[in-house]
Amino acid sequence: MKGGHDLGGQLEMGPINPEPESQEQVFHADWERRVFALTLATGMLGKWNIDESRHARERQDPLTYIQNSYYENWLEGLEKLLLEKGLVSTEELVLAANISSQTTEALSVPTPNLAAKILASGARSTMETDSEALFCIGDRVLVKASETAAHTRAPKYTQGVIGTVAAQLGCHSFPDSNAQGVHEGKQLYRVIFSGSDLWGSHSVGAEVLVDLWEPYLDVVAS
Amino acid sequence: MPHDHHHDHDHTEPPSDLELRVKALESLLVEKGLVNPETLNRIIETYEHKVGPRNGAHVVAKAWTDPEFKQALMDDATEAVASLGYCGRQGEHLEVVENTNDTHNLVVCTLCSCYPWTVLGLPPAWYKSAPYRSRAVSDPRAVLKEFGTQLDEKSTIRTWDSTSEMRYLVLPQRPAGTENWSEQDLQQLVSRNSMIGAELARSPEQKGEGDK
Repeated sequence: MKGGHDLGGQLEMGPINPEPESQEQVFHADWERRVFALTLATGMLGKWNIDESRHARERQDPLTYIQNSYYENWLEGLEKLLLEKGLVSTEELVLAANISSQTTEALSVPTPNLAAKILASGARSTMETDSEALFCIGDRVLVKASETAAHTRAPKYTQGVIGTVAAQLGCHSFPDSNAQGVHEGKQLYRVIFSGSDLWGSHSVGAEVLVDLWEPYLDVVAS
Repeated sequence: MPHDHHHDHDHTEPPSDLELRVKALESLLVEKGLVNPETLNRIIETYEHKVGPRNGAHVVAKAWTDPEFKQALMDDATEAVASLGYCGRQGEHLEVVENTNDTHNLVVCTLCSCYPWTVLGLPPAWYKSAPYRSRAVSDPRAVLKEFGTQLDEKSTIRTWDSTSEMRYLVLPQRPAGTENWSEQDLQQLVSRNSMIGAELARSPEQKGEGDK
């Protein structure tokens, strides 16, 4: 979707000013720790997937998204998901009133050991499929324009630009569907773009590699 | 709630209403039985103290000294890295990209903050910031300069935008003058930033800088 999160190639964002690596802490305030842990722990309840979670952070006023710090955007996304999935009510969240310990369904809340096991095993995004990959290595492909308000992982800066398929990555869960709760696999490709095709002739000696799903792409006749 | 965002990096002093908001949310979720407080602590402990860039430094130093491991790493990084005991969340589909004399690799996630947790831990604030996410793809040479990284003008910079669940780890070039070094000593030269591609591995003269 278009939004504040789709940052590739945006101008005037200022200097990076990286903190020296040896001095940087993992978290910069205790509330960040808590937001991180709450997000991961509630994610383990299985009420939403990673793309719904990303989409929840993206669905904000673009200026707010940019102005928020990183974990503020996580907090926004988390509160949104908790409300939308009916795990908490607005009254409970905003007023801290009428808090009910009854949930409508039995949820399995992970113990510390189970959570550690879930984190250590991860979850692969590859899926079985009968469909053949439509594009081959070396094919020239055009990234389709997309003005959708829905979640997508085709960055704006690649749309309308032609690249070359550098690798077939297999069938992976398709984020655009997954964000709507529909788990389906689509072929994924690594597409290489020349800097000058993306940014103009001043971008020499630069290449950008982007992982793009088949529905994002059209083959270009050679 | 005016705060002054210079887009430098994440805030260290949030407004107190934010702290209160998070506290209230945590209390609510605990009271409703939706989270286990001990589980929260375990998650924090895992990513604050256990899973971090020392894992990646181990992988890189081993690749520098063990040709068989390096081959396995280039063939299937997920499996090779798992053989050292590093696997899990945000490292399910790992790929290693190797710097050479001609090509330098840089990793970004322009859409959010995708990062290879199993080998690098959680991303630094700058990696998640708008300035880095916007310019790593459009002006990588200027980005590298901001990190003090100067490359040969003739080299190609390849920026990897992590748009899928594939996670990329840069294999930096082994510094000159380390021919007889042990894997253990070499690990000291592998900075986190060199495994993102923002910097080169430390030279033998810079060895102690990671401990400062």
